[in-house]
Amino acid sequence: MPEQEAAEQHGVPEREIGDFLHRRREQIAQRWADETFFRSVFTVSREEAVDAGRTLVDALAQVAASGRVTDPEAAGFSQVREQLVRMCAARSRAGLTPSEVSRDVAALRPPVVDLLVAELRDAPEQRLRERSNLLTVLMGTLRVVVMEAALSENQALIDRQRMQLMEMATPVIKLWDGIVAVPLIGTLDSARSQVVMETLLESVVEQQAHFAILDITGVPTVDSLVAQHLMKTVAAARLMGAECVVSGIRPAIAQTIVHLGLDLGSVVTRASLADALAYALRKLGADIVPPSSHGAGER
Amino acid sequence: MDTAAGVEACLPITSDMDLVWVRQHVRQAAAQLGFGLVDQTKLVTAASELARNTLVHGGGGRIEVTALTDGPVPGLRLTFRDEGPGIADLDRALTDGYTSGDGLGMGLGGARRLVHEFAIDSAPGAGTTVTVTSWVARPPRPRGEA
Amino acid sequence: MTGGFPQHAAGHVPVLRLGDVLLVTLQGDLHDSAAEQLQQDIGEAIAAHRSRGVVIDVSGVEIVDSFLGRVLAEIAAKAELLAAQTVVAGMRPAVAITMVELGLTLPGLRTALTAEEAVRGFGGTDPVLRTARTRLGSP
Repeated sequence: MPEQEAAEQHGVPEREIGDFLHRRREQIAQRWADETFFRSVFTVSREEAVDAGRTLVDALAQVAASGRVTDPEAAGFSQVREQLVRMCAARSRAGLTPSEVSRDVAALRPPVVDLLVAELRDAPEQRLRERSNLLTVLMGTLRVVVMEAALSENQALIDRQRMQLMEMATPVIKLWDGIVAVPLIGTLDSARSQVVMETLLESVVEQQAHFAILDITGVPTVDSLVAQHLMKTVAAARLMGAECVVSGIRPAIAQTIVHLGLDLGSVVTRASLADALAYALRKLGADIVPPSSHGAGER
Repeated sequence: MDTAAGVEACLPITSDMDLVWVRQHVRQAAAQLGFGLVDQTKLVTAASELARNTLVHGGGGRIEVTALTDGPVPGLRLTFRDEGPGIADLDRALTDGYTSGDGLGMGLGGARRLVHEFAIDSAPGAGTTVTVTSWVARPPRPRGEA
Repeated sequence: MTGGFPQHAAGHVPVLRLGDVLLVTLQGDLHDSAAEQLQQDIGEAIAAHRSRGVVIDVSGVEIVDSFLGRVLAEIAAKAELLAAQTVVAGMRPAVAITMVELGLTLPGLRTALTAEEAVRGFGGTDPVLRTARTRLGSP
């Protein structure tokens, strides 16, 4: 019956590729171990690279056997995805772009196809072409899987670094009993301003701080958005019963503030962190006396 | 953007006791979806403002609470509906300081600043529908990308 | 401490008397009607006891919307007319951030980190009581 024949025919070439990969597993893994993608990642021993190659061949064989050579979501790939992510991560740490990684993966194809062609040397040309096409498609799908892994790894890395940078860049320091400070360094965007505001206000509660100093010495520019965030932080601190002092306004920034017509309103500002600390201490009732004289307070 | 199962509710807004229920329900839904404390507080405050508008200016109505997902990011949508007199001049109603009632005039404009997305649909005699949506904070993006 | 006040129905906020200071502790979610009742009770208590100050502890409050913000502002304004000073104490960071975003900066209202500090502040001239008078640029 033609129908039955068709059903039998369907999937046969794929299964053949699966069998081929299975049979030639060792040879393929050995050849791949010498390719850049494996060689540059598994630098400790060659056996390690061969081992990783075997795992990858197994996965490809499984994908071929399941008949889903064009499907990057095929079950077989999921077993090697983690390994591929690790390999991609190693390559991107070495400074390679995703497209360079993709080229590395493309280089895995010729050795396998060569093996297949050698094996099918005496087969009809039609069959040879069909099988090698199928294998090429499968290797192309692998490339897609690797690309996806590389991109998701890159995105995850960027997100992690953003978070780390944000946390690192907003340390709240206790300067004195009842006085906390945040030295701001780098550009203040909306999200970071939000984090700064929250961490500073949390520490006001934790430290029972009457004064919170925002030092902007390390902030390259102050535009209206940054000014607005500063004002909001000051207003929120006041609602909580603390006073905010903005320090470290460099002459250039003062110029910008005047130029843009930004209204810092009733915000207390001081030229330096030291001046802000002196202001807060004096407000808390401390007297600051120079070591030499015992006369009036400093200024 | 899809609606996700889990938080689905429709609550009446007909008395100041209902405002308390609305706040509590929104708080619970936001906490369940993973909103941070500050964002929860913003959402609940916005809900309180808008529910009070529905009660005072719309003569009562209801709130629909819907959980959303945008890829991996969960969000919460609140829809306030009333069949009241409606608003003739929406631009003016969204201006701070404008009020037809006895609040501080922060109602609509203030609530809009507390959420990520804000939409209002109203016409004189046709009631008012306000829809607000907020998303659980994603990893921070550089300015201009957000 | 509470002697001499009209008894409140359940759900209403008690006004405690500590010497010549009134202490009001707000907890959880306040009904609009309870907030309005409180406003009236405080006015009566100040008049009855010639209190010098009113301390409103909001450390247990999870949100302040424009309605409650207006109630607080009006309590302060009314107390001022009766020669008493109002201090709002212990506001949570999330509440303060949200109020600022909403545009409620409560100009003229005094604030303190804790109720204890606020009450102590009425004992003498304490530098830690300060006025919230920030003006925000329109967003």
